[in-house]
Amino acid sequence: MTALLDVRDLRTHFKTDDGIVKAVDGVNFAVESGQTVGIVGESGCGKSVTCLTIMGLNEARNTESSGEVLFNGENILDASPGKLRRLRGSEIAMIFQDPMTSLNPVHSIGRQLVETVQLHEDMSKKAARGRAVEALKEVGIPRAETRINDYPHQFSGGMRQRVMIAMAMINDPKLLIADEPTTALDVTTQAQILALMKKLQDEHGTAIVMITHDLGVVAETAHDVVVMYAAKVIEHGSVDSIFKNPHHPYTWGLLGSLPRLHADVERLTQIPGQPPSLLRPPKGCRFNPRCPYVMNICKQKLPELMPVPGEIDHEQACFLDEETKAREIARLKEIVMAETA
Amino acid sequence: MAEDLLVVEDLTKHFPVTRGIIFKRNVGAVKAVDGVSFTLKEGETLGVVGESGCGKSTMARCLLKLLDPTAGKIVFKGRDISKLSRNEMRPLRREMMMVFQDPYASLNARKRVGFIVAEGLDVHGIGTPQERKRRVKELLEVVGLNPEHYNRFPHEFSGGQRQRIGIARALAINPSLIVCDEPVSALDVSVQAQILNLLKDLQKEFGLTYVFIAHDLNVVRHISDRVMVMYLGKAVEVAGRSELYTAPKHPYTGALLSAVPIPDPDLGRRRQPLVLEGDVPNPINPPSACNFHPRCPRFHQGHCDVDEPELRTVAGNGHAAACHYPLEKWPMTGAEMRQGASGRPQAEHLEAEIA
Repeated sequence: MTALLDVRDLRTHFKTDDGIVKAVDGVNFAVESGQTVGIVGESGCGKSVTCLTIMGLNEARNTESSGEVLFNGENILDASPGKLRRLRGSEIAMIFQDPMTSLNPVHSIGRQLVETVQLHEDMSKKAARGRAVEALKEVGIPRAETRINDYPHQFSGGMRQRVMIAMAMINDPKLLIADEPTTALDVTTQAQILALMKKLQDEHGTAIVMITHDLGVVAETAHDVVVMYAAKVIEHGSVDSIFKNPHHPYTWGLLGSLPRLHADVERLTQIPGQPPSLLRPPKGCRFNPRCPYVMNICKQKLPELMPVPGEIDHEQACFLDEETKAREIARLKEIVMAETA
Repeated sequence: MAEDLLVVEDLTKHFPVTRGIIFKRNVGAVKAVDGVSFTLKEGETLGVVGESGCGKSTMARCLLKLLDPTAGKIVFKGRDISKLSRNEMRPLRREMMMVFQDPYASLNARKRVGFIVAEGLDVHGIGTPQERKRRVKELLEVVGLNPEHYNRFPHEFSGGQRQRIGIARALAINPSLIVCDEPVSALDVSVQAQILNLLKDLQKEFGLTYVFIAHDLNVVRHISDRVMVMYLGKAVEVAGRSELYTAPKHPYTGALLSAVPIPDPDLGRRRQPLVLEGDVPNPINPPSACNFHPRCPRFHQGHCDVDEPELRTVAGNGHAAACHYPLEKWPMTGAEMRQGASGRPQAEHLEAEIA
């Protein structure tokens, strides 16, 4: 089965006054219909730029992209602006982090929803409005018939995010890109929104690319996980392999630095320092200045993604030997997974 | 036995809602904080959690008298500070400091780090200029920054480093109480871990007392000794951290806990989160009696919406909850919670209305 979205060796470089920022530097991943891929990493590691590049939303003036973004087998990276416009909002939709800044405050949500429909389909205003009401009902907005005339400021944060989802799903897209959809929300609202996205995915068979820095959200929603660090994928695999058998010291760091709800951890494992500047990434492995297991080779050579022995579809980019890794994974589990017992 | 550093009794803050331009009439009040009481011992950390809009930050600001409370008592080191004037407060300000949420907005972009950190020392006239400079360099080192960065501007630092500057500033005058208002919410997990570890280390080293406000329950569990859960300006549950997280009594606490995603795929798939419907109601017109009743899975008609539950002790170790029907066990499924309840009320409060 071919994947709905297949990203191959994607590179996005921004030209700035200080030099070229390689914001995405050789990223590969694929999403199948009905599946969710989670992209995790710290801020500034290229998660959002990856998705903006897929959508063709980077500013053309100072951006250079290369590689392939195959959507239904067709490379959309070099598609014409007109073709991209037809795809966006109908076949591929996107949800942004902050629903207040991504909705237009001077138009009623009904008008914005109707616009989305009419842009892509030859439909009367009345019919489009009917569809908008349906979409609002589907995402659980009470009294949708009257609230459709309301403006974004009349909704609470969670309700606004529901409107965003309604807008994204109104043309029944095949692929939904969600850029930190719940980061700005409270936990209870987050649970509502995640449950809603899951329900819509089950009903429509939508593929979802979920960008987040919350590993809890990833563990609960994603089938596959891509861990990014400094513009590169450093580990990817199924959600089970990433959480139970993580193979990259950066993934260990992310898992270890999470405070746990179900255990009293005295001291969190911390990753020292900060992500490097993408203007001048460190030589060799980009994680080497922060890595507690750094070896000489790490400072010389950039590790490529290598398959993890004994597992399918699990790749990692670290030179460390399997023996040390097995020991470290066991140690991490002892701290972190104590709660499962 | 450690002494009570801070005793808060029935703290209330109402913001008036006015109509009219020349003749302002009060037409109502936003009950941001509505009768919160707690005691904080020296060296202890009290975590405060709740959804946005539940009055956490307003309470924090009242504790430091950055806002004047409408009613109630704040007893700090045996002295009621709630009625003190600004001048009377000034010497006491040496004892209490605040760390703010947004490390980008809380540092003056036009001042150098050295000035920002030393400002407290300047205001209180502590030490000679040389001594102050030495102290600032010392502080920068304590919070894990390079003392050489004394002359840099805030924009030259990353978010995590800025938060360290904010912490250094709070430490400068040797306060005994630090109120942290969502200090790690704007940071990445890895940086968040660094800051949390730092706060814990500093507490051990200087014997600090924290009021730690956050909406992230994991973070609060990690740092707190005791946790207070707030809903619509009221404390609904107060307990030791282990008790609160393993045996919550208030249905709202239960709902909050069950809403947190677990970073473990097995556990995550098995659990059935109790999804609370609706949003936090409008604090101008809060629901009658128990604030939580329109969203509560254990709602009993004719009791919860008529009779307001008091915060009372429900279990050992000072575990208090404000609920007529506290949870008997944990974890609990939604169906178990709803047992015996009289179904969901059709309340107009379910939707957050804009007045």
